[in-house]
Amino acid sequence: MVSKSDTMKPTHQPDLSSKPPLPFSFKSFKLKTKQQELLIRVSILCLVYILAFITRLFSVLRYESMIHEFDPYFNYRTTLYLTEKGFYEFWNWFDSESWYPLGRIIGGTLYPGLMVTAALIYWILLFLRFTVHIREVCVLTAPFFASNTTIVAYLFGKEVWDTGAGLVAAALIAICPGYISRSVAGSYDNEGVAIFALLLTFYLFVKAVNTGSLAWALGSAFGYFYMVSAWGGYVFIINLIPLYVLVLLVVGRYSMRLYVAYNCMYIVGMLLAMQIRFVGFQHVQSGEHMAAMGVFFLIQVFYFLAWVKHLLNDTKLFQALLRIGVTSAVGVGAIALGLGTASGYISPWTGRFYSLLDPTYAKDHIPIIASVSEHQPTAWSSFMFDFHILLFLFPAGLYFCFKRLSDATIFIVMYGLTSMYFAGVMVRLILVATPAVCLISAIAVSATIKNLTQIIRGKTGQTVSAKGTSTAKGSSKQQASVDQSIPFLKNGATILLFGAFYLLSRYAIHCTWVTSEAYSSPSIVLAARGAHGQRVIFDDYREAYFWLRQNTPSDAKIMSWWDYGYQITAMGNRTVIVDNNTWNNTHIATVGRAMSSYEDEAYEIMRSLDVDYVLVVFGGVTGYSSDDINKFLWMVRIGGGVFPVIKEPDYLVNGEYRVDKGAAPKMLNCLMYKLCYYRFGELTTEYGKPPGYDRARGVEIGNKDVKLEYLEEAFTTSNWIVRIYKVKPPTNRW
Amino acid sequence: MMSRFRLDLLVLLVFALHFAPSLSDLVISKLDRRIDLTSQIVRVTLTLKVENTGTDPVSEVSLTFPEHQANNLALLVAVSTEGKGKSRGAATNLPIKIKQPNDSPASLIWYAASLPKELGKGESLNLDVLAVFTHVLRPFPEKITQAESQLFLFQDSAHFASPYDVKIQSLTVKLPSENVESYTKLEKTKFSGSEIKYGPYENLPAFSYSPVIVHFPSNKPFVVAKELVREIEISHWGNVQVTEHYNIIHGGAQSTGEFSRLDFQARPHVRGASAVRNLIAMLPPRAHSIYYRDAIGNISTSNIYGDSSKTLLEIEPRYPMFGGWKTSFTIGYGLPLQDCLFQLGGTRFLNITFGSPMNDVVLPEGSRDISVSVPFPVKQSQVTTFSHLDIAGRPTVVVEKVNVVPEHNQYFQVHYKFSNLSLLTEPLMLIFGFFSVFVACIIYMHADFTISKSSASYLAKLQWDEVQGTIQQLQDIINRCLLIHDKLEASLRELSRTGDVQACKAVRKSADNLLKDLSKELKPLLAILQSSPQAAHVLPKVEELVVKERDLQEKIMLKHTMVVDSYEKKSGGRDLENRVASIQQKISALKQEVDDLVEFIEDI
Repeated sequence: MVSKSDTMKPTHQPDLSSKPPLPFSFKSFKLKTKQQELLIRVSILCLVYILAFITRLFSVLRYESMIHEFDPYFNYRTTLYLTEKGFYEFWNWFDSESWYPLGRIIGGTLYPGLMVTAALIYWILLFLRFTVHIREVCVLTAPFFASNTTIVAYLFGKEVWDTGAGLVAAALIAICPGYISRSVAGSYDNEGVAIFALLLTFYLFVKAVNTGSLAWALGSAFGYFYMVSAWGGYVFIINLIPLYVLVLLVVGRYSMRLYVAYNCMYIVGMLLAMQIRFVGFQHVQSGEHMAAMGVFFLIQVFYFLAWVKHLLNDTKLFQALLRIGVTSAVGVGAIALGLGTASGYISPWTGRFYSLLDPTYAKDHIPIIASVSEHQPTAWSSFMFDFHILLFLFPAGLYFCFKRLSDATIFIVMYGLTSMYFAGVMVRLILVATPAVCLISAIAVSATIKNLTQIIRGKTGQTVSAKGTSTAKGSSKQQASVDQSIPFLKNGATILLFGAFYLLSRYAIHCTWVTSEAYSSPSIVLAARGAHGQRVIFDDYREAYFWLRQNTPSDAKIMSWWDYGYQITAMGNRTVIVDNNTWNNTHIATVGRAMSSYEDEAYEIMRSLDVDYVLVVFGGVTGYSSDDINKFLWMVRIGGGVFPVIKEPDYLVNGEYRVDKGAAPKMLNCLMYKLCYYRFGELTTEYGKPPGYDRARGVEIGNKDVKLEYLEEAFTTSNWIVRIYKVKPPTNRW
Repeated sequence: MMSRFRLDLLVLLVFALHFAPSLSDLVISKLDRRIDLTSQIVRVTLTLKVENTGTDPVSEVSLTFPEHQANNLALLVAVSTEGKGKSRGAATNLPIKIKQPNDSPASLIWYAASLPKELGKGESLNLDVLAVFTHVLRPFPEKITQAESQLFLFQDSAHFASPYDVKIQSLTVKLPSENVESYTKLEKTKFSGSEIKYGPYENLPAFSYSPVIVHFPSNKPFVVAKELVREIEISHWGNVQVTEHYNIIHGGAQSTGEFSRLDFQARPHVRGASAVRNLIAMLPPRAHSIYYRDAIGNISTSNIYGDSSKTLLEIEPRYPMFGGWKTSFTIGYGLPLQDCLFQLGGTRFLNITFGSPMNDVVLPEGSRDISVSVPFPVKQSQVTTFSHLDIAGRPTVVVEKVNVVPEHNQYFQVHYKFSNLSLLTEPLMLIFGFFSVFVACIIYMHADFTISKSSASYLAKLQWDEVQGTIQQLQDIINRCLLIHDKLEASLRELSRTGDVQACKAVRKSADNLLKDLSKELKPLLAILQSSPQAAHVLPKVEELVVKERDLQEKIMLKHTMVVDSYEKKSGGRDLENRVASIQQKISALKQEVDDLVEFIEDI
């Protein structure tokens, strides 16, 4: 602004005006607000995309480009097979290297989405002449899909709320530990691509409901197909969407858009899903999928009734018809379901499904599900660990959603609430809840910050988001009144805004810390701090697997607890008795029985299974606590579940599980104990402790004089974590 | 194994006796043989003095080895020196080839070393021969437990199986340690330190034979690489990448029974003496980016020591290797290009050590006229490999040789021609690839993919586009108006500084004209908006904007006129100031409103 006194006085300053005045040039070169917004949006999305990728690379930098954990090794092995032998061989693969002597039909018992995705990426790269190794592709598949998920989250947020919420959602989900835990580099598991597919399906479905467009519904059906091909969690989609449709029907939000979207998605999605061999006719026959079919018929009834209503102009008559129509439809549905279940056409719910609805079910009925640590109910600390501030923002977001209720927000609310329940039932399902939590929190963050900044800018229409359009005059009046009535409004808003930024920055710090500390360890290589602060690597697993691969006959059969099955087949390249695909409980129980029997009885079982080597994992020397002795009670329980000769109380003393002198005699002489502690009694593990001191359990072992009669030590790794025993051939009878 | 072995020698002996008298022109006047058993590779050094006692000049000297040894012969080098003692002439490497006389038994292999010049009557010549054998040591017993140490058996003859008469000869066998389990005691046998000495024996006829067996302990690493492939990839961007794939086995006595980690950890040199714990790889001095991994990942047990002449890589397999145990791994490292690639005229050549039975030299794409020169006979072939961004593939020279020992670690050269321009193909390809992606994006953004051009939604979209275009134009015009306002304000400022009333007036006049033109341009646009049904909801705002802007225009003009007039009349003062101030207030308010409206319209 030019001050007036200056205007009045003629002054004789050096002439600077030959230079073009700055505001002119700036204004003419300035991007339009819209363009600026686009530029900022695109660059934020790009940054988020890159961030989501690189934050998952901690493990590659700390360790190496390697596959993590257990299941990913199976996925890696099958991908390798797929790339080497082609799709048809893969589809018809009968794997005789696992579940000896039963074998496993791989093509018919897996979700091929992940492998096909990785193989496709690999082939495309090869076509583009990037000669990468398939391992690198597999390692980076999960981060790549996590990046893609951020884009879908952005679109979803934009669809449900606005662009701002979309951007915040993308940023939140990019670093949310709940998602990172399953998608770091090397975590080559179904979940890595499945979360992308899940969110994509939901987004496309919401889009279809919002627009009523067949194309979006079709897109959603294909998204669903991809999800079915990738992960068993597709059951969540096929139950949540009908539930959502049902809720919309009940609250009277039935519309043609909904009719088109759901029918197209369900029918096409179902037909596509049935192409996956592992799903097949289950999709129309099993109990888990019946809700979708029921809702499908129900929505037809609604359509019919709407048509009748259109024809009949008499409301009273229509009310009567409605009552009769809905009652009879529900009745027919119930009868059909009852008949189908009774005749066996519709299979009842599986145990896994039950255990989701009733958290105590698995503990009582299916020990093999209950034994997996990631199937345990979630502790509140894990929620805090995985969601951090999102846990507080989630209810706030729900509040905003309820304030602006629409078809889309109803969906996100339902997704959030149901997945939160499931996350409470099982630790691993936090993953499913993560996108919903991020989206709803993003709505909270975005709406709050938007309101705050509008107050701070304090020019016009700070109440636009809440009140909608009001004339400029009205708003300016309002502004004046607001300014007068609450004098500290601006300052308060500023403080709140800083608070929000502080919270978000804490979130970012927390996420990075969790990713780097907790979720980036491959669990196949263990790292510890040495006495002088240097990093000590325990690479015992690979030492043992490589020894198996190199120094045992190529047809050797390895018996181990099922946890290590996938790793032995993938890294050791040897046949295993049981593996992580726990499809045959009896077979696993047989192994559990062998491990918990006396040596001579176990020898009979091992002979009958043609076992050549037995592998046990033992942490007594290093203090590695997730070893076989600590898992042993589950072997006893699973074994005892099928073979009543194994009784859990035999291994306990007064209900207590111990390995020291006070342990139960059966415990001290069972095969597992002997194999773990063979010659351990002679070893001094810790200074100042007696020999045979078990560091994982902190006790001196009870049976130091272990003699093996039918087995001999074949190999023990340098830190004793893996011990391999050879089963001796039967002694000559003459 | 043992019996067959002995039978061979026996057959040899029988034949030798019959065969003896046929070749006797040459006489070996002195023969010293040293057999070095300190490692798994047996090195035999022969020092001979050959004398021609016949009449005809002789052009080659025959060396014979029994078949079982000849099969495992990895290297045979003969060097001749003339003269004696200090006056010895320069050593010359003699070419050697197999030359089997027709009447020779199959169990005897003849090697003929051609002399540099014929040996005349009565002349003599000194020959130094180095023969390197692999796999001639037999572990005995063949299976041992973890605690036992490894014993080997070596068999040979105390007399060199020479086709010529030997006047004086002696044999020295060097053992790895001072311990020996047993050895054949002949006359004139002496065992001292770690050496067994046989001889000297005098006046032995050709093919004389006297079997000797030495049974001795050796815990030296007995590592055999069953397969070793080395890939050398040249990149003209400055790196030579060497990748070596090893597939090795402990070739000593088989391990049997239990492997106890406890024993191995407690007393590693007693229980596990025969195990191979680590291997040392000697890499070129400037090797960098060294890695050591196998099929299932990185192996974390390795160390590097280096000085200016070499880099030592100490590699420890994942597990200690006992007899018969196998392992496989890959080592890779990069070398600076200038260390091993040289230019000679128009051709370039790679100069690198042969250090592997199979060397794959991957040359850059576009290399021509490839030739290889190796100092010893090898098998050569050419294949094509594909790597990053290759179209035609990279020409690859495969150089193969069986039974390679450290003595073969000599330099060999691969010559080829390569144009520097070819370096640019790959970056250009990448640039072109990205460029076409962007072009495709641009085309996609600008193309209309609507199938049904007559559908209602499409038409609505077209109309909406038109409305948006119109609003855009309208906004441009408003912005130009605002710019003119700014100019007017600026001219006032100018006036206050320079007092140039005329200039200021001129500015006003031109601005006035421009504004009029603009308002004329504005009219048709407004008409379009009014006629379009799509614009119904934005129209009030747009109209308001236009009105406000006009208002603003007038106010600014008014202010301008007032100030200029006052300047002209030189009648400043409080009164004017007050009036200007009131107008200024209105102007600011209007400006604010117009700005807000513009912002709103921009958001559409």
